[in-house]
Amino acid sequence: MAYETPGGAGGTVRGGRGTRAGGRARPLHRLTGADRAVVAAMVVVPTLFVVLLVWLPALASVLLSFTSWNGIGGLDEIEWIGVTNYVDVATIYPPFWPAVQHNAIWLVFLFLGPTVLGVFLAVLLDKEVRGSRFYQTALYMPVVLSLALIGFVWQLIYSRDQGLLNAALGTQIDWYGDPGVNLWAVLVATGWRHTGYIMLLYLAGLKGVDHSLREAAAVDGSGEVSTFFRIILPVMRPINLIVIVVVVIESLRAFDLVWVINRGRNGLELIAALVTSNVVGEASRIGFGSAMATIMLLISSVFIAIYLRVVLREER
Amino acid sequence: MSTTATAPPASTTRSADQRRHKPLRSGHVVLQAFLILVAIGWLFPLGWAVLNSFRDYAYTSVNGYVSMGGWTLDNYIEAWERGEFGRSFLNSAIITVPAVLLTLFLASCTAFVLSRFSYRFNLTLLGVFLAANLLPPQSLLVPVFQAYNEIPLPPWLSSSESMLGSFLGLILINVAFQMGFCTFVLSNYMKTLPFEIYESAQIDGASVFRQFWQLTMPLVRPALAALAVLQTTWIYNEFFWATVLIQDFDKLPVTSSLNNLRGQFFTDYNLLSAGSVLVALPVLIVFFLLQKQFVSGLTLGSTKG
Repeated sequence: MAYETPGGAGGTVRGGRGTRAGGRARPLHRLTGADRAVVAAMVVVPTLFVVLLVWLPALASVLLSFTSWNGIGGLDEIEWIGVTNYVDVATIYPPFWPAVQHNAIWLVFLFLGPTVLGVFLAVLLDKEVRGSRFYQTALYMPVVLSLALIGFVWQLIYSRDQGLLNAALGTQIDWYGDPGVNLWAVLVATGWRHTGYIMLLYLAGLKGVDHSLREAAAVDGSGEVSTFFRIILPVMRPINLIVIVVVVIESLRAFDLVWVINRGRNGLELIAALVTSNVVGEASRIGFGSAMATIMLLISSVFIAIYLRVVLREER
Repeated sequence: MSTTATAPPASTTRSADQRRHKPLRSGHVVLQAFLILVAIGWLFPLGWAVLNSFRDYAYTSVNGYVSMGGWTLDNYIEAWERGEFGRSFLNSAIITVPAVLLTLFLASCTAFVLSRFSYRFNLTLLGVFLAANLLPPQSLLVPVFQAYNEIPLPPWLSSSESMLGSFLGLILINVAFQMGFCTFVLSNYMKTLPFEIYESAQIDGASVFRQFWQLTMPLVRPALAALAVLQTTWIYNEFFWATVLIQDFDKLPVTSSLNNLRGQFFTDYNLLSAGSVLVALPVLIVFFLLQKQFVSGLTLGSTKG
C-alpha cells in the first residue's frame, strides 16, 4: 500500500553527530534573476501537486460535509445544511457505530498485540543474537507485501472448506465470513505485517541509542528488564511517539484487507470502507461520505501534529 | 551513529558475557527457541501458499492438504492466463515507473531548495509536505473523485476521456501522496553534504539548476536508490486509489486486480496460491535482492545521513 505511514523516524534519537548543518544554508537574495526563477519553480511545482491533490480536497471534504450536495448537480446547487449529515450518520446510518467500534478494536489490538511484540522482538534482536539477520528477514518479509495480497494469502488458512485452520482444529468456521470471528481473523493477518514493521522502526531507533548508556546500567547492576524500562524506553521517547502515531494512523485508515474480503460489510465495517462505499458504491451518499471523511481528518490531524512536532524538532 | 549494535567492540562483548555467564546460557537457549518459533510462524503463511501453488487441485482435494504429492507447475500457467497477469503487470509498470521517477524528481527539487537556501517558510513547507503523506486517503476521496470526473482528457491519453479511470490521474495522486516523505528524507540527506562543494561551483558561475543536477544529485544517489526501492514497492502495492479511480478491469494494476481474481479462482485454492505468489514475486525479488535499500529507505530518517 503506497500510502503507508512512513517510518520517517526522523533523526529523532540523537547519535553522537554533533551539530547539524543548519547555519550553512544561504539566503535567497544573493541569487540572480534566472536562478531565482528556477528556485521558485523547483518549489512551486511540487507544492502545487501537494496542495491541489491533497490539501484542497481535504478542505473540500470538510466543506462538503456541511452541504446536501449529491455529487450530480452543478456546484451552484450546493445547499448548506449545517451538521445534518453528522447527525444523520450518527443516528440513521446503522453501520456507522459498528465501524467506529471496529476501528477502536483495531487500534487497541494493533497496539497491545503486534506493536508490543514488535518492540519486544526489536529489543531482543538488537542484542548480539546468533542468526539475528535471519530472524529480522523472516519478520519483516510480510512488510513488502500489500495488505490486499495478505488477505489472499491468509484465505488459504482461513477458508471454511479447504483452509488449514479448520483442518487443524476440526472446525467448520468461515473465518472471513462469520461476523463473530472475522474481525479477529483479519486482525491476525494484519498483525502479521504490522509486527515486522514496528520491529524494523524500533530496531533502527535502538541502533541510535548510545551503547555506553546500557553499559553503565549494566555496571550499576541493573537487570535487562529494568534497564529497558528505566533507560532505553525514556531515551527512545521520540521513537515511541512516532510508533504511537503510526499505529493510530494505520488503524484509522485500515481499508485494503476488509475491502478485498467483502468490501467492509458483515462484521468488517470500518470507517474508511464506509466512506468509500458511500462514494463509489451502489447506494452512494456524498454527504455521509464527506461527514465520515471529515471525522477521519479530524482524528488524524491531532496525531499528525504530534508526528510533525517530533520529526521537525531538530530542524528548528 | 557513534556505535552500532551489530558490531560492538570485542572487549565489551566479552565482559558482558562474563558478567552474566550463568543466566545467559539457559536464557540463550530459551531466546533462540523463541526466535526460531516466531520466525517459522512468520514464514509459514507465505510458505504455505508457495507450497500449495505447486500442487494439483485434483490431488489435494482427494488427499487433503496435509499430504505429499501431486506436484505440478500447471497452476502457474493457468493462473497467468485466467488472471490476465500479462496485462495487469504491464498496467502496474505503466503506473509505477513514471510515478516513482516523478516523485523522486519533484521531491529532490524541493529538498534541494529547502536544504540549500534558508527561507522563512522552510519548516512550514516541509510540514505541509510531510503531513500530506499521513492523511487518510479515504478522507480526500469525495472531492478527488468528483474533480477527476469533471476533468476531460483527450482519448489518446485516457480511454475514459476523463481523469477518472486514467493512468495519468492515478500517477498524479500517487506522486502527491508520496512526495512528502521523500522530500523529508532527501532534504535531511542533502543537509549533511558539505557546503564547500557549492562554493567552487558558484565561482565558476554554475547556475542553480546545474549545481542541483550535476553536484547534488550524484551525491544523494544512495538515498535516491533506497527511496526508489521503497517507493516502487509502495506504489506497486497501492490498492485504494487504483481500486476507486480505475473502473475498467483491463486497466487495473496487479494489486487491485486481486479484488476481481477471487471470482475467477473461486474454489481452486491451489490456483489462488499460484496467483498470490505471482503477485508477490516482484516485491519478493526486490526484497531479497535489495533488502538493504528497502530497510534503509524505511528507516532513513533515523540515521540522518
